[in-house]
Amino acid sequence: MSSSKKLLVFITVLVALAGLVRLNGQSYAAEEKFKVGWIYIGHPGDAGWTLAHDEGRKYMEKQLPWVESIYVEAVPETSDAERMMTELARKGCKIIFATSFGYMDYVQNVAKRFPDVYFEHCSGFKTADNVATYFGRIYEPRYLSGIVAGSMTKSNIIGYVGAFPIPEVVRGINAFALGVKSVNPNAKVKVVWTNTWYDPATEKEAAKAALDAGADVIAQHQDTPAPMQAAAERGKYGVSYNSPMSKFAPNAVLTGPVWNWGPYYVSRVQAAKDGTWTSGDYWGGLKDGIVDLAPYGPMVPENVKKLVETKKTEILAGKFHPFAGPIKDNKGVVRVPAGTTMTDAQLLSFDWFVENVEGTLPN
Amino acid sequence: MGNSSMLVSILAAAVSSGTPILFAALGELIAESAGVMNLGVEGMMLAGAVTGFLASVRTGNLLLGVVAALLAGGLLALLHAFMCITLKVNQVVSGLALTLFGTGVSGYLGKSVIGVPLPNHFTSVPLPLLSKIPLVGQVLFNHDWLVYLSFLIVPALWYLFYRTRPGLHLRAVGESPQTADALGVNVFRIRYVSVVVGGMLAGLGGAYLSLAYAPSWIENMTAGRGWIAVALVIFAVWNPVRALAGSYLFGGVDAMGFRIQALGVRVPSFFLKMMPYVFTIVVLILITASSSKQSSRAPEALGVPYERE
Repeated sequence: MSSSKKLLVFITVLVALAGLVRLNGQSYAAEEKFKVGWIYIGHPGDAGWTLAHDEGRKYMEKQLPWVESIYVEAVPETSDAERMMTELARKGCKIIFATSFGYMDYVQNVAKRFPDVYFEHCSGFKTADNVATYFGRIYEPRYLSGIVAGSMTKSNIIGYVGAFPIPEVVRGINAFALGVKSVNPNAKVKVVWTNTWYDPATEKEAAKAALDAGADVIAQHQDTPAPMQAAAERGKYGVSYNSPMSKFAPNAVLTGPVWNWGPYYVSRVQAAKDGTWTSGDYWGGLKDGIVDLAPYGPMVPENVKKLVETKKTEILAGKFHPFAGPIKDNKGVVRVPAGTTMTDAQLLSFDWFVENVEGTLPN
Repeated sequence: MGNSSMLVSILAAAVSSGTPILFAALGELIAESAGVMNLGVEGMMLAGAVTGFLASVRTGNLLLGVVAALLAGGLLALLHAFMCITLKVNQVVSGLALTLFGTGVSGYLGKSVIGVPLPNHFTSVPLPLLSKIPLVGQVLFNHDWLVYLSFLIVPALWYLFYRTRPGLHLRAVGESPQTADALGVNVFRIRYVSVVVGGMLAGLGGAYLSLAYAPSWIENMTAGRGWIAVALVIFAVWNPVRALAGSYLFGGVDAMGFRIQALGVRVPSFFLKMMPYVFTIVVLILITASSSKQSSRAPEALGVPYERE
C-alpha cells in the first residue's frame, strides 16, 4: 500500500521535472511585436540542420526589427508538433515555420484550424491556401563540393555516408558524384547507409568502414560532424553538410554544402506583414542565396577553388545544370539523353545512382 | 585493401563499438546478480555521457570527465536503490522511470554544450610490445585507455564473483536473500553497493561514447545501447565473460554491416542494421543451450524486494 503511494509520488515528481525540461526549450516573446513562430526538429546547437534554420531566424530578426520570433526546439514528428504549432498560433504568431519533413500532416491539421495564420513547411509537398512549402536546391553546392572532393582524392575512392535511401539523399549523392566525375572520371563514390540522421557513434563507424575500404575523402548527409571526425582521425579529408563543420575537424573539412535560410525568412515574414503572402512551392538555388558552399579549408589549392568558381558562375547564370544529360546510371543505362535535363519532378523522385556511384538502393 | 587487414579492422571496430555496451552490461550484471533489476541503464548512460562531457569541456580534463560520469551514473543508481531496496517499489517501474528521467535531465543539462567540440578526447594509445603482435596487437592493443580499463574489469569481476567471499555473498543475496541474511550477510548493504557500482559502470559506458568514441554531446546519443546492454545480460546468463563476448559480437556484426556495404556487396542496409541484434541473440542462446543447466539460469531472487521477517 504505502510503497505504491510512494511510487506514485516519485513518478509525479519525475513527470513534473520532465515537464520543466520541456518548457525550458521555449523562449517567450514580449508583447505587441509581429510574432513569428518556428518549430525545430533538433537543437540550434546541433551543428547541422537546426543550427542553419536558427541562424536564418536570427538573420530575419536583425533585418526586421519589428518582429518577435518564438521558437520551440526538439519537437518530435508526432502529434506533439500539432500541439506546439497550436500553442504558437494561440500566442499570436502570424506566420509559423515548421522545419522538418515529418511535420507535414500536422501542419495541414493546424492550418485548417487557424485560417488566418500563414504556415510554411520545409521540404514537404502538401500545400493549402495558408500553407506554403519551401526547400533549396542543395544539389547545386553538392555538385560543387564534388568538384573539390574529386580534385583532392588520391586513392580515387570517395566515401559517402548516406542518411536514408530517400530521393533527397539520393539526389545529393548523385549531384556530388557528377561533380566528382567532372574533374576525375576515374574516381568512384562509395555509399554507406547509416539509416540515421543523428547518431554520432553509428555515423562515425560507417565513415570508418568507408575509410577502411580505401576512401580518402568522406562526404556525409547527417546532422552530426561524426563522419568528419572519423576522417580527421585518419588524416583524411571530408566534405561536411548543413553548416560549416570545420571547427570539429579543422584539418579535414575541405568545404561542404550549407543552407542559408535567412533571406527567405525575411521575404516571407515581410510578405505576411504586408498582406502579400501567397501560398506556393518554393525551391530556390544558388542564385537565390538559399544554398551555398562552406568556406574552404586551408588545404584546398587555388586552382581547385577556381574550377569551382567557374562552375558556380555558370550555374548562377543558368548556363549549367548538374543534371543535364547525357547521364548514365551505375548499370550503364543512359537515363538522361544528351540535350535534355532532368525535370524537377524527376529530381524529387530520384531512385537510381549515376555511373560512378557504388552502393545499394532498396527496390 | 587485403582481406586480412579488413578482418583486423572489423575486429578492432568490434572492440571499440562494443565497449560502451560492455561497460553498461557489466554494471547491470552486478546489480542483477545481487537481485536488483535496473532498467534505467539507458538513462544512467545518458547521464554519464552528458556529465562527463560537461566536466571535460569546462575543465579541459578528461579524467575529471570520467569521474563526473561515474558519479552521475552512481547517483541515479542510488535513487533506484533507495526506491527498490528501501521503499521496495516495483523494480521495473522504477527502472523505466529512471530511464525517462535520465533522458530528460541529460537533454536539459547538455543544452549548452550541444555542438561544442571537445578540446581533447581519448585517443588510441598503442601499448608497447603488445600492439606489435600480428593481428591480435591491432585488434586488442591499439585502443584508448577506457578500452584497456574494460579489459581489466572483466577478469576482475569474474574473479570477484566466482573466487572470493564477497562475490559469493553477492550471488547469495541474488539467489536467496533469506539464507544469506541468516548467515549474517548484510543483504541491504550488498544490494545498495551492487546497484550503485552498476550505475557507475553504466555512466562510464555513456562517457566512453561522449569522450572517446564519438567525442561530442548530442541528445539521446546512446541510441538504445542501454537497452541492448540489459538484453545482453540476460542472454549472457549473468556471466561477465559471456557479456564481453556478446558486446563484441554485437559491435563486430554492426561494424561488419557497414564494411559489407563499403565493399559493394548488394545487401539491403536495413537488413544489415538488423543483423547484430539477431546474430547476438542467436549465438548467445546457442551457447546457453549447450552449457550445463546449473549455469544458465537467472538469479533466483531477481526482481524480488527483500523484506526482513
